Amino acid sequence: MPEVGGSHPVDSRVNDFAFKIGTVNGTGSASANSLLMQAIFRMGIPVTGKNVFPSNIQGLPTWYEIRVSRDGYTARPEEVDLVVALNPATYAKDVASVRPGGYLLYDSSWPLDDSLVREGITILGIPFGKMCVESFEGDRERTLLRNIAYAGALAALLEIDMDVIGEMLREKFSKKRALLDSNFRAIRLGFDYAKAHYDCPLPFRLERMNATSDSILIDGNAAAALGAVYAGATVGAWYPITPSTSLMEAFKEYCERFRVDPVTKQRKYALIQAEDELAAAGMVIGAGWCGARSFTSTAGPGISLMSEFIGLAYYTEIPGVFFDIQRTGPSTGMPTRTQQGDLLSIAYLSHGDTKHIALFPANPEECFYLAVNAFDLAERFQTPVFVVSDLDIGMNDWMCKRFAWDDSYRPDRGKVLGPAELDRVQKFARYTDVDGDGVAARTLPGAHPRGGYFTRGSGHDKNAAYTEDSADYLEVVDRLSRKLATAATAVPAPEVHNQSDDRAAEIGIISLGGCHSAVLEAVDRLRADGHSVDYMRIRAFPFPPSVQAFINAHKCCYVVEQNRDGQLRSLLAIETGIARDRMTSILDYGGLPLTADRVVRGVLGENAATHTPRYSGVGTVAATAARQR
Amino acid sequence: MASITKPPVRHPSLPTNALGFTKRDYEGAMSTLCAGCGHDSVTAALVQALWELELPPHRAAKMSGIGCSSKTTAYFLRQSHGFNGVHGRMPALATGANAANRQLAYIGISGDGDSLSIGLGQLCHAIRRNLNMMYVLENNGVYGLTKGQFSASADVGSKSKRGEANVQPPIDPVLLALSLGATFVARSFSGDKAQLVPILKAAIRHNGFALIDVISPCVSFNDHETSTKSYRYTRNHYLEVAPVDFVPLRREIATEQGEDALTSVTMHDGSVVRFRKVANEYDPTNRDAAYAYLRARHAHGEVVTGLLHIDENAPDMHAVAGTVETPLVDLDFNALCPGGAALAELMDEYR
Ligand SMILES: Cc1ncc(C[n+]2csc(CCOP(=O)(O)OP(=O)(O)O)c2C)c(N)n1
Ligand code: SF4
Ligand SMILES: [Mg+2]
Repeated sequence: MPEVGGSHPVDSRVNDFAFKIGTVNGTGSASANSLLMQAIFRMGIPVTGKNVFPSNIQGLPTWYEIRVSRDGYTARPEEVDLVVALNPATYAKDVASVRPGGYLLYDSSWPLDDSLVREGITILGIPFGKMCVESFEGDRERTLLRNIAYAGALAALLEIDMDVIGEMLREKFSKKRALLDSNFRAIRLGFDYAKAHYDCPLPFRLERMNATSDSILIDGNAAAALGAVYAGATVGAWYPITPSTSLMEAFKEYCERFRVDPVTKQRKYALIQAEDELAAAGMVIGAGWCGARSFTSTAGPGISLMSEFIGLAYYTEIPGVFFDIQRTGPSTGMPTRTQQGDLLSIAYLSHGDTKHIALFPANPEECFYLAVNAFDLAERFQTPVFVVSDLDIGMNDWMCKRFAWDDSYRPDRGKVLGPAELDRVQKFARYTDVDGDGVAARTLPGAHPRGGYFTRGSGHDKNAAYTEDSADYLEVVDRLSRKLATAATAVPAPEVHNQSDDRAAEIGIISLGGCHSAVLEAVDRLRADGHSVDYMRIRAFPFPPSVQAFINAHKCCYVVEQNRDGQLRSLLAIETGIARDRMTSILDYGGLPLTADRVVRGVLGENAATHTPRYSGVGTVAATAARQR
Repeated sequence: MASITKPPVRHPSLPTNALGFTKRDYEGAMSTLCAGCGHDSVTAALVQALWELELPPHRAAKMSGIGCSSKTTAYFLRQSHGFNGVHGRMPALATGANAANRQLAYIGISGDGDSLSIGLGQLCHAIRRNLNMMYVLENNGVYGLTKGQFSASADVGSKSKRGEANVQPPIDPVLLALSLGATFVARSFSGDKAQLVPILKAAIRHNGFALIDVISPCVSFNDHETSTKSYRYTRNHYLEVAPVDFVPLRREIATEQGEDALTSVTMHDGSVVRFRKVANEYDPTNRDAAYAYLRARHAHGEVVTGLLHIDENAPDMHAVAGTVETPLVDLDFNALCPGGAALAELMDEYR
């Protein structure tokens, strides 16, 4: 049996480590966990927190992983330096995730469980449960405060500033004196016990920095909702589904704050909880048809249901913004795990020839700005626009730059003929391309006696009249494809991180969305190891021409994404005509956020899913399609 | 409805309404339905009602799903915006449209397949929301456009053209609407324009969801001897209990002395619906009594028609939500965007 307590391993690291807490959901650990994360953030140290939670209300395992990185890396680490193991059901798994030489902290109110024993790690015991039973009354309070007690112990072991914690508790419980007292006592229980029994701090510890002063902690769903408010969206329709629900809830909160008339209490927004996603999509389209900026938020199952309506909006040319917070599919899949599995279905959602604008935010900051962008693009191109986020971005708190707003922003309402223009028009022809960009002017219901036209999902000609004539039909659908081609030049360009301006690197990595932080870190590591790497993060579909240029310029291309079948790689092949096998997939689709290690291993050939033109800078490349589970 | 193409010249002798429009101005494209189709008569009644109501055509929005009935939104109000959406989903489109612009007159046209099969859920939820719109369900007991399959409103024992009897119990949209709390429920018949026109007018003026179930026979697939949705069957089993006159706000309302309070209902905008004759025991403002009465008459094989229930006091979707009076589409961007200073302040809360 390894020594409990024990001496410290040699390596000592400041502001560069990770720890995780394994608990049971529904026991109130979430607030203790965010207290820890926020306290570190307020100490000026770059920090990320990832909540790995079950699709359940109470009683299943849940983890919170906190990474501290003075260099600002935010991807999920594969191993942690310290595990706080408070859920007996996951002891074995938790102890296995500790890096060799790392630490395990358990509740020593009970004897050390055999499954927690492992060579090469240090085990610390603190009787959280017992102390709380002795100090507090009632089961609920004891359970809740046990979480605060472990936060206190971590504060001692990692040197989290107790003043910061105190300040946060005071903010949180300013109106609840009794709770404030008990929380303070619980924090001290853990803190004092750790100080009395162990060498504090551990060899990895925190030290104040000044790296977060212009940053905030926010989740992508709140950020996207805020973007919708700032873009002037007035109609939101939705049906609850994890992990998208908090987007609409945040929209509601912001609207109650910013969009309620202080005198009349009347609301300058309409938020409709629809009977299903099908109806939600219809409401978005109905509102968009009338001229409102309208949107919904959903996840994969909802996207599947919306399919018919999306085809209608595409063909009748009605704007609307559709946030898809992706989760693990297929079918119900794993609702509380992340994935990028909806890329292909969204690109061409619905029957017949369709193609849609999609934007891929990489983090909450981009959720905010791209949300605004999405509303502009939807109205400019009169078509549904998808903002494709995921559970990791949407529901976890990310450290990002404070959002700023340019008050000179004016929404791009696209080509809408108002009363003055319609006064001058002889006969309004809804689907006529006057400017040659594929975008025809529209009119809004009720605006003018000469603006009326008939919107139909059935075959129509350029005057919006019913048609079964091939030539008339073709004229409209061919213009639609011109319109989407124009859109490809107007959507956000990819973000390219080239190693040098002069010539292309040997390796070109392509990725998108939530993979970004892991890929960025992997790129740094690969470069530090002497590999030459360029990286392009795609931000929108249809792909701007520079996407193809990047692939062409790199003999050896890796496409990093989080789905089983390499959907982005397929899309790139379909849209650019470049052979799929020219690009090597690095796939990760087990439902957890991507790690930099995974990307590095993939590039170095250790488990790339396919292996055509691969990087030959390292010895052998495994030819098997080993895939991470 | 226009069944033949008409010259665009204006007939000087045609009467105009207060807006200076003739009835033709309320017509639309030429109908492509079968000659004799009940739906065309409903369209004609709509043209009449809208003209008489003096509704500015461009202030109406026509909404429909898919089916022969749903096509008819193209055959009236050519100046209005129309939206022929997807099958069974018109209520969602209308809900979104109304959320965005509450000041248009929403005219929904649907069929029994569109409303009671594929679209049953959406219909129910639009009723629950008390969405402010008129919803005309052109009921022929079959899917006309897909050539005559039974719909969910077909009566048990009613036979198809090929002699096959329907075995599943029907969904009665009127009973359904009453049980869901609909605030305006009527039934009429495409062959009774005199009854239908005032009901349509009242329905448009109603502040909330107005469902009108219009028996509208399909001459091609469901007008034969053994069908219970034929012209003949409907006429023979017709029981008119609550026919109305509609008196718009602007006209002087001469209330007759001693008139029973029940026989007229004042509407949200001040217009009045006056019940012409109400069967003795029938009270159209009493939902439960109306429901019981309809069930009892239905058991006798009677098709009860008229304005069967009205509740002018229930709040519509916007009143419940507390939305501003100004349509959301007309709000200035500055009223919607909190601006840079507010954002800077908000950011402090995320630290
Ligand atoms: C999703 C979908 N399924 C099926 C159809 C085919 N379809 C078109 S109209 C119709 C039935 C229409 O019946 P009803 O609403 O009663 O209209 P009617 O033609 O009788 O007036 C069907 C099944 C469709 N258009 N869309
Ligand atoms: S098939 Fe029936 S419902 Fe359709 S147009 Fe002909 S008569 Fe009317
Ligand atoms: Mg029908």
